Amino acid sequence: MLDLSPEEWTAVMLSLRIAAVATAVSLPFGIAVAYLLARKNFWGKSVLDALIHLPLVLPPVVTGYLLLIAFGRKAPLGAFLADNFGIVFSFRWTGAALACGIMAFPLLVRPIRLSIEAIDTKLEDAASTLGASRLWVFATVTLPLALPGIIAGTMLGFAKALGEFGATITFVSNIPGETQTISAAIYTLTQVPDGDSAAFRLVIVSIIISLAALIAAEWFARRAAARLHGN
Amino acid sequence: MLSVRVEKALGDFTLDIAFTSAGGATVLFGPSGTGKTSIINMIAGLLRPDRGRIALDDDVLFDDAARIDVPAHKRRVGYVFQEGRLFPHLSVKSNLDYGRWIGGHAADPAAFTHVVDLLDIGALLDRRPGKLSGGERQRVAIGRALLARPRMLLLDEPLASLDAGRKAEILPYLERLRDGAEVPMIYVSHDASEVTRIASHVVRIDGGRVTATGGVELLS
Repeated sequence: MLDLSPEEWTAVMLSLRIAAVATAVSLPFGIAVAYLLARKNFWGKSVLDALIHLPLVLPPVVTGYLLLIAFGRKAPLGAFLADNFGIVFSFRWTGAALACGIMAFPLLVRPIRLSIEAIDTKLEDAASTLGASRLWVFATVTLPLALPGIIAGTMLGFAKALGEFGATITFVSNIPGETQTISAAIYTLTQVPDGDSAAFRLVIVSIIISLAALIAAEWFARRAAARLHGN
Repeated sequence: MLSVRVEKALGDFTLDIAFTSAGGATVLFGPSGTGKTSIINMIAGLLRPDRGRIALDDDVLFDDAARIDVPAHKRRVGYVFQEGRLFPHLSVKSNLDYGRWIGGHAADPAAFTHVVDLLDIGALLDRRPGKLSGGERQRVAIGRALLARPRMLLLDEPLASLDAGRKAEILPYLERLRDGAEVPMIYVSHDASEVTRIASHVVRIDGGRVTATGGVELLS
């Protein structure tokens, strides 16, 4: 039943690559933003908070269109990046990763922020009296204690990135082998007369990947929780 | 020698404290809510005084006039908290080793064994803090502070969360610590019976002021 054609395999592998890159690149930023929002009070905090959550409430097409305006080849930012760093987003898989990363960001940040907020800062004080600088306190106390939230955020972000459709197709279109993810491929297949069986195969693959990600995240979260609460 | 002279506005009262501690165990004694914990937090660098000066021997830790405020992690002042505050994600052994490791010092098995024996915590090394009793937890917390090689040890009601039996279990270790003259101690307590055996010097504190200094007779 799961006899995928080379084109379908390409879409599956591309989806995995885009989601993995989007999640991996977003994660350090996500942790930094979560820490800022959880711990610091600064001017414009609520604006930053709103900005991060915007992709969650905006129609994805709007986010995709905004990305097109900002990062298109002829857009100032897109032209600057292309001319100076050779980074091109428009109609490339990297652009799909950018769109997925931005769409997934609020889901990635939230659990991390919550887990950082739940950490007893007295433990961090204790670490500093033992000689740990702020950076070391973060690396050896804050980060390990936030690990369950980081795992949950990564998993949610990855799932969102994997399923992202609207912003991606608006920003980088639906080019087989370059920007055509599983979702876009399924959409395309539903638009042609004899695409049903192929669409169904991709749906099955999609379900398998999502379940595997869920099970893996659950397993990691359990291990992390066991580490935190003693054995 | 530790010398402390600090002022700090704390909610509804102002802390205005001056005392010195020449070694042994100095007990900051007084009712709850009189700012004793704030005083040792200021010595540790966890709370910033509004004004004053804190010096340990020739080393100025805080001086508002000279704009000196050494960050907590550079003060080398050990702190045993009321509730232990062991790192839940690390084993007892890693908790004990944390200060040495973070300071970048080579392992010193002799010092480690000495402290583990002194506090009788050898059987707990592979456990997680979550599985320790209150008394065990506090002994590990004392060991963790000692093994960071502090120049002085601050203890904030380290026995307050324990029942009478557990208190009696830990007191001998604290006496050993004092008599070994390993590090001078500042010991915060509101319970005279707990500190009578430990105190070599008493600073009585009430309402944010020092009301008397002297020996154990002040505890009665």
